[in-house]
Amino acid sequence: MGQVLALDSLLHSRQVWHGRAAPVPSGSQPTGWAALDAVLPAGGWPEHAMTEILLPADGVGELQLVLPTLARLTREDRPVVVISPPYVPYVAGWEARGVVMSRVDIVQADERDVLWAAEQCLRSASCAAVLAWPAHADDRSLRRLQVAADTGKALSFVFRDRRHAVQASPAALRLELESTPAWQVRVRKCRGGNPPVSAVPLASGWS
Amino acid sequence: MSWACVLLPQLALDGVLRRRPPSDEPLVLVSGPAQARIVHAANAPARAAGIYRGQKLVAAQALLQQFTMIEHDAEDEGRWHRLLAAWAYRYSGEVGLYAHAVVLEVSRSLNLFGPWSRFESLLRNDLQELGFRHRVALAPTPHAAYVLAGMQDGIAVMSPEALRDALAPVPIARARLPDDATQGLPSMGIRTLGQVFKLPRAGLQRRFGENLVAQLDRLTGDEPTPMDSYRPPDAFEQRMEWTHEIEHVEALVFPLRRLTGDLAAYLAGRDGGVQRFELELEHRSGPPTHVTVGMLAAARDAALLFDCARGRLERLALHQPVMAMRLVARELPPFVPAGRDLFDARPVHAVPLEQLRERLRARLGEEAIRQLHRTVDPRPEKAQSDVTHVKAATSPETLPRPTWLLESPCPLRGPAPEVIAGPERIETGWWDGGDIRRDYYVVRTSQGQCAWVFCAPGEQGGWMLHGWFA
Repeated sequence: MGQVLALDSLLHSRQVWHGRAAPVPSGSQPTGWAALDAVLPAGGWPEHAMTEILLPADGVGELQLVLPTLARLTREDRPVVVISPPYVPYVAGWEARGVVMSRVDIVQADERDVLWAAEQCLRSASCAAVLAWPAHADDRSLRRLQVAADTGKALSFVFRDRRHAVQASPAALRLELESTPAWQVRVRKCRGGNPPVSAVPLASGWS
Repeated sequence: MSWACVLLPQLALDGVLRRRPPSDEPLVLVSGPAQARIVHAANAPARAAGIYRGQKLVAAQALLQQFTMIEHDAEDEGRWHRLLAAWAYRYSGEVGLYAHAVVLEVSRSLNLFGPWSRFESLLRNDLQELGFRHRVALAPTPHAAYVLAGMQDGIAVMSPEALRDALAPVPIARARLPDDATQGLPSMGIRTLGQVFKLPRAGLQRRFGENLVAQLDRLTGDEPTPMDSYRPPDAFEQRMEWTHEIEHVEALVFPLRRLTGDLAAYLAGRDGGVQRFELELEHRSGPPTHVTVGMLAAARDAALLFDCARGRLERLALHQPVMAMRLVARELPPFVPAGRDLFDARPVHAVPLEQLRERLRARLGEEAIRQLHRTVDPRPEKAQSDVTHVKAATSPETLPRPTWLLESPCPLRGPAPEVIAGPERIETGWWDGGDIRRDYYVVRTSQGQCAWVFCAPGEQGGWMLHGWFA
């Protein structure tokens, strides 16, 4: 006891098992943003999992981040559900970005029903992606969504205010959007890898 | 020809048991005049205590301190009988009703449903799910199947030659012959059907009349059996009544599952669907509460019907306890099953999209789910609609349009924004009185958001926020 051993010698004598991170399966869900894909461990959205997107305010480009994905899914004729969005999705704008609106269901739910509806949609395994704007979500309810996304093999996007960034989250991927000074996204957490230190700048453009 | 007979030895009792949650309490059906009540049927716990059918009620009460007593309702029994006929109609076009039994012609059904062993297990599974005890037999004639089902559960006689051998050991008392023969033959020393077959026909005819000989011929298949084929009714109506009052909606869930299950069985038999049905909750006084359950498309899956009805029911506030529940379905449109991919790799517990939509609608309200499409109207407020009959625009929009739209414009707060693009004048609406005349701009706010704002023509100020380029 009290003996000091060099870590290197322990490792060399193979008495300590050296853990290795589980390999991350390369996903087939590119975000549509090459710069973002490059830094994410799965090369895109984590599959069958929840992505939490934290916003400083509404309208800072949160839809531009996901619309390429929605466009790809709806063009493949796969359904997308939008639950309790803060504003009305403007069809002309969505269509201009390639989304097929006939595959998008917009669900209006009370504050307390948003999470229930999201869980139902995810669990059903008949939706390709579910977007939800829960007003109140705690760790427990988000974990339920994460499990539901895994069971239903769907992409789940949850949009929340930036002030929730300090809370722990069960999401597989956590992104924080920043609009000033430039439009960029900061990876707060990503399963299967260390989040990149610097923010990822995205091509700025309003249309 | 092959006939299957489904004998229902406890039809009346099962009809009562299936509307209450499963329990181990002894339960007895009673019938007869008030002075001489007798036991009509008893469930397993009651039978274990020594109560049997035909016993005097007084004797039963002496045997067992406490049991639930329910008045036997012959009409109710008839209703269950017809429900099972409707269920059987799904498996065969020729269905007949015998006392306590349903017979169905299956020789052609076997081509579709597979060999008899598989078909038999299909029947048994369904009956198990519907909650009816049963005995099943197969024979070349309906009457023989009926007799054999009473003798041995699961017996299957395929050929007419084997039929006589199978029928020979049947005792006269259980051969369902005309009454005078059932009493007369044993007193002559004839105990089994085999002995009757050996007797000279002429003598039998002289002694017991035309009836017995004809019955024997029908039994062996020497003469065809006349039968009134069952035809399912055009509307479904089923009622459940309780001896106690139900005060909570949660307690209605079990009977509801039964009712929707019955509806699904009936619909499958008719090869129909239902798009709209009504639940009627009856109270001790006052008018019944109506709950209408509507669906987007015709459906007949038991789980889907139950889900929808349950969602509607759970939103209901009961003002009075419920005495009985009735399910009425009058419009039965044809059912078109949804096509599914042969190589569908979705998980087993997957819920089809249609069912998911119904489930959400049931809890969140009829208008909760919508799909938007673009209209030809240039005014932003009317440029999209969720109403299907509003004409959809075909040419793509080329001007910059935001992705979020505010329900109604509001003043843009904060420091003066930076104009990025504009103006674009939108000025129309003379045809419906909703005239607008606005200059739209794309601006960047101090927070870095791109906003779609408008102001009065010619001005650049007094911004009204109408959308976000999110």
